[in-house]
Amino acid sequence: MAHPSQLGFQDAASPVMEELLHFHDHALMIVFMISTLVLYIIIAMVTTDLTNKYILDSQEIEVIWTVLPGLILILIALPSLRILYLMDEINDPHLTIKAMGHQWYWSYEYTDYEELGFDSYMIPTQDLSPGQFRLLETDHRMVVPSESPVRVLVSAEDVLHSWAVPALGVKMDAVPGRLNQTAFVASRSGVYYGQCSEICGANHSFMPIVVEAVPLEHFENWSSLMLEDA
Amino acid sequence: MSETIEEKIKSYRTAPFDARFPNTNQTRNCFQNYLDYHRCNKALSATDQDVAPCDWYQRVYKSLCPMSWVSKWDEAIESGSFPGKI
Repeated sequence: MAHPSQLGFQDAASPVMEELLHFHDHALMIVFMISTLVLYIIIAMVTTDLTNKYILDSQEIEVIWTVLPGLILILIALPSLRILYLMDEINDPHLTIKAMGHQWYWSYEYTDYEELGFDSYMIPTQDLSPGQFRLLETDHRMVVPSESPVRVLVSAEDVLHSWAVPALGVKMDAVPGRLNQTAFVASRSGVYYGQCSEICGANHSFMPIVVEAVPLEHFENWSSLMLEDA
Repeated sequence: MSETIEEKIKSYRTAPFDARFPNTNQTRNCFQNYLDYHRCNKALSATDQDVAPCDWYQRVYKSLCPMSWVSKWDEAIESGSFPGKI
């Protein structure tokens, strides 16, 4: 989850998010270096008493400040396109879950074998136990097996919503009448939080998403228990 | 092709990648399998054949389609107002 006054990304919990994080570090470093250079030049220009009235052009510097930015852009574009295509790779999911957005909660359906479906409402602030996170906890979590490719089909039953979990590098719009596919692999067991990412009415800020990745046997136990309770 | 349909259904995990629907929008994937299941049932039972192979389409549409869509379509089929051609 996000920490107070956090500036950077949350720790990556999926291989795709790791790649995105490293690419962001790379691009941001280039941005910082260019900004520092430009700031230095501005300050140097503004604080000098020297004036030169006789230089009208220079082929050499024109070549440098055309070729160098071109090279920098290529240096950014190549990893960017690599990740773009990596995110679009055909994957072979082990499990399909449907995440349906409602006003104002998510419901999850696991129908590969039996018909398991349940709603996931935010826990109101006054009902939180000590240690739980305000506006992020839900009564039922979307449990997935860790290290397994999971396909999530996102849709909505009323208005637009968006299903997002930053730690897994996933965000997909929930459109009524449309089934949008996304996929992830939870690299490690853990609890990952997200929030609805498309304005959907009064309680848009109060319909969070919680994904709990557990080892496969625990996932199987959980789904049997959930089916019994239903 | 080397697996029989019964083996494929027995070792079913989840809907596999379908090259006809390679993109993000899987709406048609769900609907097509729903149609194919009902068309398969209709065609095989019309010639008195075993409808077991149709179970593949059922497993796939149950994996992909939201339960609310499936119940709505089932009701529409019962009442004769289903818009698809079966």
